[in-house]
Amino acid sequence: MKRAAFSALISHWRKHPIQLVSLLLGLALATALWSGVQAINAEARASYDRAAGILGQDELQRLEPRTGTIPLADYIAIRRAGWLVSPVMDGFINLNGSRVRLIGIDPLTTPPQSAPVDLSGDGDLQSFVRNGLFFAHPDTAAQIPSTLPPVRTTETLTPGIIIADLSTAADLLQTDSFARLILAPEQPINLPPLSDVAPDLLLVAPEEGNDIARLTDSFHLNLTAFGLLSFGVGLFIVHAAIGLAFEQRRPLFRTLRALGLRKSTLLGLLATELFALALIAGTLGVALGYLVAAALLPDVAATLRGLYGAQVSGALTLNPAWWLSGLAIALLGTAVAGAQSLWRTAHLPILAPAQPRAWAIASLKSLKRQALGGAGLIALATLLAIYGSGLTTGFILLGCLLVGAALTLPLFLHFALNLASKFSRTALSDWTLADTRQQVPGLSLALMALLLAMAANIGVGTMVSSFRVTFTGWLDQRLAAQLYVTARDETEAADLANLLDGQVDAILPIRYIEASIESAPGQIYGIIDDVTYRENWPLIAADPDVWDLLAAGEGALINEQLSLRENLAPGDPVTLGRAEFTVLGVYSDYGNPRGEAILSLAQLRAQGAPVQGLNFALRLPEARVNEVTDLLTSAGLPARNIRDQAAIKAFSLDVFERTFTVTGALNALTLGVAALALLTSLLTLSTMRLPQLAPVWAMGLTRAKLARLELLRAVILAALTALIALPVGLALAWVLLAIVNVEAFGWRLPMTLFPRDWIGLFIAALIAAALSAAWPARRLATRPAADLIKVFAHER
Amino acid sequence: MQTVLRDVSLSLEAGKSLALTGESGSGKSTLLTLVAGLDAPDSGAIRFQNHDLTQMDDAARADLRRGEIGVIFQQFNLIPSLDVAANIAFHARLAGRADGEWCSELAHHLGLADHLTRYPEQLSGGQQQRVAIARTLAARPKLVLADEPTGNLDEDSSDTVLDLLMSGVRDTGAALLMVTHSLRQAKKLDRRLHLSHGQVSP
Amino acid sequence: MSVRALAFLFWLWATALFAQGFAGLGTDAEGFAIPQRGTELTFPNDHGAHPDYRIEWWYLTAVLEGEDGRDYGVQWTLFRSALAPESSAGWDTSQLWMGHAGITTPDRHFVAERLARGSIGQAGVVADPFEAWIDDWSMTSTAATDDQLDALTITARGMEAAYTLDLTATGPLVFQGDRGYSVKSASGQASYYYSQPFYEVSGELTLPDGPVPVTGKAWLDREWSSQPLAADQTGWDWFSLHFNDGAKLMGFGLRGATGVFTSATYIDADGTPTPYGDGALTLTPLTLTAVAGRQVPTEWRVELPARGIDITTQPTNPQSWMDTLFPYWEGPLRFTGSHAGVGYLEMTGYE
Repeated sequence: MKRAAFSALISHWRKHPIQLVSLLLGLALATALWSGVQAINAEARASYDRAAGILGQDELQRLEPRTGTIPLADYIAIRRAGWLVSPVMDGFINLNGSRVRLIGIDPLTTPPQSAPVDLSGDGDLQSFVRNGLFFAHPDTAAQIPSTLPPVRTTETLTPGIIIADLSTAADLLQTDSFARLILAPEQPINLPPLSDVAPDLLLVAPEEGNDIARLTDSFHLNLTAFGLLSFGVGLFIVHAAIGLAFEQRRPLFRTLRALGLRKSTLLGLLATELFALALIAGTLGVALGYLVAAALLPDVAATLRGLYGAQVSGALTLNPAWWLSGLAIALLGTAVAGAQSLWRTAHLPILAPAQPRAWAIASLKSLKRQALGGAGLIALATLLAIYGSGLTTGFILLGCLLVGAALTLPLFLHFALNLASKFSRTALSDWTLADTRQQVPGLSLALMALLLAMAANIGVGTMVSSFRVTFTGWLDQRLAAQLYVTARDETEAADLANLLDGQVDAILPIRYIEASIESAPGQIYGIIDDVTYRENWPLIAADPDVWDLLAAGEGALINEQLSLRENLAPGDPVTLGRAEFTVLGVYSDYGNPRGEAILSLAQLRAQGAPVQGLNFALRLPEARVNEVTDLLTSAGLPARNIRDQAAIKAFSLDVFERTFTVTGALNALTLGVAALALLTSLLTLSTMRLPQLAPVWAMGLTRAKLARLELLRAVILAALTALIALPVGLALAWVLLAIVNVEAFGWRLPMTLFPRDWIGLFIAALIAAALSAAWPARRLATRPAADLIKVFAHER
Repeated sequence: MQTVLRDVSLSLEAGKSLALTGESGSGKSTLLTLVAGLDAPDSGAIRFQNHDLTQMDDAARADLRRGEIGVIFQQFNLIPSLDVAANIAFHARLAGRADGEWCSELAHHLGLADHLTRYPEQLSGGQQQRVAIARTLAARPKLVLADEPTGNLDEDSSDTVLDLLMSGVRDTGAALLMVTHSLRQAKKLDRRLHLSHGQVSP
Repeated sequence: MSVRALAFLFWLWATALFAQGFAGLGTDAEGFAIPQRGTELTFPNDHGAHPDYRIEWWYLTAVLEGEDGRDYGVQWTLFRSALAPESSAGWDTSQLWMGHAGITTPDRHFVAERLARGSIGQAGVVADPFEAWIDDWSMTSTAATDDQLDALTITARGMEAAYTLDLTATGPLVFQGDRGYSVKSASGQASYYYSQPFYEVSGELTLPDGPVPVTGKAWLDREWSSQPLAADQTGWDWFSLHFNDGAKLMGFGLRGATGVFTSATYIDADGTPTPYGDGALTLTPLTLTAVAGRQVPTEWRVELPARGIDITTQPTNPQSWMDTLFPYWEGPLRFTGSHAGVGYLEMTGYE
């Protein structure tokens, strides 16, 4: 009985292959986008953990200097006092023009918890300490020229990092001092207090979840939100397909029940069927997700590197847990999408009419109820926007806004079509509009998906474009000098300064110290008083005499991130390194996740920390750029140490563009999924709509004409949806710019509108709708007359 | 593929009515769809006024249906998205001869005046069929085709609806071809033909 | 840092196992200086480090008795291992240092270990005024006159226990082998080797239960070489014994594939050494004890017929296991038989 019943149930899919395909495709796509995003996140997080784990920073306490570095003598003094600490050198070296982080460790004192590399092979330790053996990720190893020590590649390191022995690092970094000392977790008895032994060092607790992970959280939350959105959009398709398949099989259910199949058995069989379908689609989806992730990961890696300096491998590693979670989400999605249908089947009276009710017909009343719910969510979003704070709240706000808008969409469409029919003059247009309105409930899920996709598109597009405009303008301000020159050492720096004296309008040294800024690590820059800064520096808020006061050493400038994080405004005190300063102004500093401050160069030198940086910005007439470049190269400065403004701008903009490639790709995919939802909905509706179309055909309209009208309907609906997507998208953009960005990145961006993009998207939506409707319409146009005639003869 | 009708020949003059009877599957409904130009016969000719439907293309047949032929189905086949008034006027407007007065007169005559703003799903079967009749008559077709127009109705409303149809057809001077399995109803028409296994017998 | 890697490096000083894994090092000195018979050792210079030799150690063992009447033992060892026969300032890493400290009580054995690279000041040895140190552990001369090693203070500290001891020598330095040239195998591998076995000790142990004042005797071994063991030698058993009459005995057996190579030096109470070559000393294991998952002979019969010595040794704590990168057994003992006294036993190469 069971077997016979099951084969009767699944025979439905043989008869309705399109339903089957749309169900599988919808679920597979939803799973793919979701698990793709998860794979990217997991890969990135693993990279962060590796980066943090490299030096045991995720587990072990460490000693850090308040400013500068820790001299060798201090380290020895701490060791000789009995404390088990291990020194770490940390700096950057240039490999063929790219900056690579070089970490020097002492394998003899490194606590096992912080051992970054495996030296257990025969002769490894000797190679490491004596021959300068490097350890690096294969990506990084490829960059290391053969003139440098031999490299051992290891996947466990994050790209962009080289691990070497202290002696090797000391040589390459030209230093005798340490960035930090790692404390062994177990220490000998009866030690003198650390505060006596190392009074100048800060005892830093292990980094919970580590810095990079925290910084990039927002980015991953963004990705996750997109993944979730795509998943939701995909579920619309699944829900629709399952709902239809159940509706159409109601007569069969009734027959089976009448033949003595228990309700629980029927439900069990249907659940089994859904489970099997979910498993198939889930497997397909996870495989697709892998492809999505593999395709997007290099850009994500570039984004993370550009935005946060986080090193993420561009290669994807497969993880069984991830496969399983992908399958689980597919099953969960199916359960969510199928729950309603199963519930209805469970409550189906055995003698219910066999005639399937028109699919998902919703009365005006239920449209209103739905819209009321939507309005409530939008109201909640408004309240959150006014009173809420925090990144999570920002995303909840986004969710409320989007779902709320989606829920009000059907009623909006209903009223819009009603209004339009008031202006209708012909029977055909009357009917077309009325019939379109009739279709709204059946298409509402697909249209909601389209709304979400379009709103996300407009919102994210507006954000990115606003960001681009602001960023480009800001680059022009920040990069006001024509040439940027890097000396190789202090002597060369002094020589260059002499050489350039009188040759250029201004030589602006770029000097900084590493210091704690309001007890978080950061950099403090020192600048000289120059008209370049006075005219160009992108100040957001400032004291009226900001530049005079700064030059006089009366205070500091801070970046927007610091200002927002610590709630500092001009006039407030700020702690930089060991001293306190008055905030004179706040400047925008896009692309920098950390706090930063500017002092006068004299003040910076007075901080007592080693001043770093051998860079100069040169102001000179554009026409003399080549001449001065030649002057510098003929003085022996390598060409790669001279960069002009245009090159830096191009580089920065490139980083910027790559940053949003992923967002753009996900956006396009989501729109694609929405179009697919529309297609499958239209396909399934097309068979059900014959009873509506046949009488009109009987009254003298050709099938071709009806098909054209069907196409028109889809376009009308898409156009109306696009109309409502615009304000929703703009609201979304505002939330992203004014709330999410501030919380996630620490900068607020002015919103700029790009109507031309909207027109493009509008047209894209219409085309997508027309394409989605094209196939069902064509099927209608070429349908045998007999199919339509059947409508008149058959009991429906 | 199976031949439903064979060697069927019949004619109908303007203003006259003809009942087509026969058991289920006798091919009477097929005959109706052929006359309506909804489908084309494998061979033979169907003449309406001076046109041979079998020589016309899909679009031309659609034009003919729109302008000259009204079809009334057993299932009513109203347009669910339009209210009663719009349904009644629909065919006439498609045919380009909307006449508000005539429509309201029909509505009044068919007892629909109180239901003009309602939607088909809110009406009873008899009421729906009356709307379908009104819709057909409003377009003033030369030929009215009715396929078991009272097949879904109980006996009382069957008679009422049929009487309304007959009088309406008479008033407009159209010809009526009605398929029915009810001999009692068939007798109300001018002529009767019996179809059996795709063949006509008087 | 992998334990195995470090153990590997420091095989250099400790064991013949080394010779199997590290091809050639046991027999070929690769540019390192090689001990020559007849070389006269000079002090205080030779108390200091010899970076042109591959391995070297300052090895002190103390047999102690607490005020509580219990037996204790203390070990303080600094090993030097050269990756290259050179030494310079800065970041040069040719010299690596390792410290071992042990405290043995009848029921506990505390171990600590330190590693350091040379040339940055974290570990090293200076000859005059003598100091050997690694981190906060040190062996510092307190001698006002005469030899730098005549009086020392040693200190070391671990996770649970620590000690500080003052040592005063009551006898002269003693040369092992042929005036300090000590042969280590039948095929002629040798080291420079001298001792100061005459220390009287007083000091304090810091144990988990509190401080314990102690007194006793201590023995310092100084040895350096570049080619310590023959290729087939798998481990050794090494005794330093203080007879109650004031005489001392150093004896060892190097276990090899072809048998045991033994060597001994009998030291009169006045410090006069008498070396005995291979075969004069007989070492017979009596009792095997399960230690750290292996069988280790903890009681021995020691026979030196030439001196009428036939004694049986009893460890203070059979579980005196040095659980360091390269693990071995090292602990204090008492002996009885033809003679009675106290001493220290080191055993390596038991797998």
